[in-house]
Amino acid sequence: MSDTAILVEGLAKRFGDVVALDGIDFQVPAGTVFGLLGPNGAGKTTAIRILTTILAPDGGRAEVLGLDVVVQADDVRYRIGLAGQYAAIDPNLTGRENLRLTGRLAQLPGADARARADELLERFALTDAADRPARTYSGGMRRRLDVAAALVQRPQVVFLDEPTTGLDLPSRNALWEMIRELVADGTTVLLTTQYLEEADRLAERIAVVDGGKVIANDTPAALKAQLGSTVIELGMGEAARALKAGDLLAERLRTRPERDGATVRLTSGDGARQLIDVLRLLDDHQLAPTTLAVREPSMDDVFLALTGHRAEDEAAAEGEAAAAGPGRAGRGPGRRGGP
Amino acid sequence: MSITTAGVRRVPRGPLRPVRDALAVAERNLIAYRRVPQLLVFSTIQPVIFVLLFTYVFGGAVQSSIPGIPYVDYLMPGIFVQTTVFGAIGAAVGLATDLKSGLLERFRSLPMARSAVLAGRTGADLARNVFVASLMAAVGFLVGFRIHTGALAFVAGMLLVLLFGYVMSWIFATVGLAVGDPETAQAAAFPVMAPLVFASSAFVPVSSMPSWLQPFAEHQPVSVTASAVRALMIGGPTTSYVLQSLAWCVGILLVFVPVAVRRYRRSV
Repeated sequence: MSDTAILVEGLAKRFGDVVALDGIDFQVPAGTVFGLLGPNGAGKTTAIRILTTILAPDGGRAEVLGLDVVVQADDVRYRIGLAGQYAAIDPNLTGRENLRLTGRLAQLPGADARARADELLERFALTDAADRPARTYSGGMRRRLDVAAALVQRPQVVFLDEPTTGLDLPSRNALWEMIRELVADGTTVLLTTQYLEEADRLAERIAVVDGGKVIANDTPAALKAQLGSTVIELGMGEAARALKAGDLLAERLRTRPERDGATVRLTSGDGARQLIDVLRLLDDHQLAPTTLAVREPSMDDVFLALTGHRAEDEAAAEGEAAAAGPGRAGRGPGRRGGP
Repeated sequence: MSITTAGVRRVPRGPLRPVRDALAVAERNLIAYRRVPQLLVFSTIQPVIFVLLFTYVFGGAVQSSIPGIPYVDYLMPGIFVQTTVFGAIGAAVGLATDLKSGLLERFRSLPMARSAVLAGRTGADLARNVFVASLMAAVGFLVGFRIHTGALAFVAGMLLVLLFGYVMSWIFATVGLAVGDPETAQAAAFPVMAPLVFASSAFVPVSSMPSWLQPFAEHQPVSVTASAVRALMIGGPTTSYVLQSLAWCVGILLVFVPVAVRRYRRSV
């Protein structure tokens, strides 16, 4: 077995006219966390579904632990765990029954499935609620049960599709901690996220996906370095002044300022020098900013630089759609919007 | 021998895996009836109401077109068949719910038999139908239903009812996977079911229907099955109806099992 846990080459998938994956490539070394980062509709979930043998690709190939996900699908299934975007648990079964069922279907002997269920309930702080139907669980408890179910067969590769969506802060931190422990035990984790902070915190490498393509694949640090070391944010008080300031900076300092309402944002490789020039220029034109922030670039800035649009805008729009919809907004390939 | 992955013991792969997995899924589906007894209401209270309604309200009017036997004896075999058809909607709603909740996605990532979700669902429906059919028989006997043939023929009739219900589960399982949403599944199932149940010999003789409807009503699966079960329970020409009913059952399974399995493999 190689040291590459996941190998993806030229993977393509289309649903009717919608190209979900347009030939993506990436590799994940065993025992690491790899992040797939991108807005909704970028193709992250499709990639996970192919890697977990749920969907067949139209082109390219993928291997998990050296096993082809199409040809050796059954062998792959013995070695992976999946926690999808929404807690995939049976609300009428208790927490314990859910985990035992998953264990039995993962071909664990009955006694082992029972023991493993108890162990995971303990590990995920669900022992007290273990014998209540899962429909009585809070959102955080459901998600914990779902992740526990993904770990029932001690998978060597775990796929987490937007694992912290809808979680409160303590639950999110607990899940992050759990992911780190898994990796410390040698498990390989592939996670997708729209939260740039999450990818930055957890992943050793990140592939940025947009429109079914990998548009960047690097370490979080390198992605930030590629962009420049400093972000300057100028609050101009009103949009008209921001527009003027943006035009001025673009013309005179050969920067590429981004305007967002009354805020102008610049990235720079030489923050101090740039800052002096910017403020001097603006002051000369009676455009002194009302507020000023100088900070390290976030993954959000990286995303903007790579794709030309912000990840959080789409994430927010999707969140609203999900809240408005009756259930799983945007679920299923046929109902997925274009990139 | 056990397959070991990272020190995890496994039941060896083999021909029994589909059976074990289907039983696990069936057990899971049956637990739902214990946890949410309302699920049984539709398949029990509703047929009881039909029995009372048809016996005491419509019975008088219908009686005139069935000379020689009490209407309740004509009605009950039809009720048994109708009950399993209505009950099969549960398969559509249940699978659509599992699809929507992401549970089928989890199942498909597990090393379980690809057939198990559908076999488990239809198997659980069969177990539920044994319970519901027994209950309906008890209600029937209470309102005066009497068998004119013999115990063996009655049991044979009930077995045909259960087989037909099992076949219906596969049709509605396909509907559920195709629409992928429980409310839509419920709505989509009704137009499939209503003509089958009401334009049939289940409640009234086909001869009382308009002539343009009779060819359909005479030969469609609910009618021939209701007629077969009726013949087994109260007498009359039996063989032809039983054979027609069995032919429908085999034909429907031959079409819908592969279609449902295909839909399951492709659904996300």
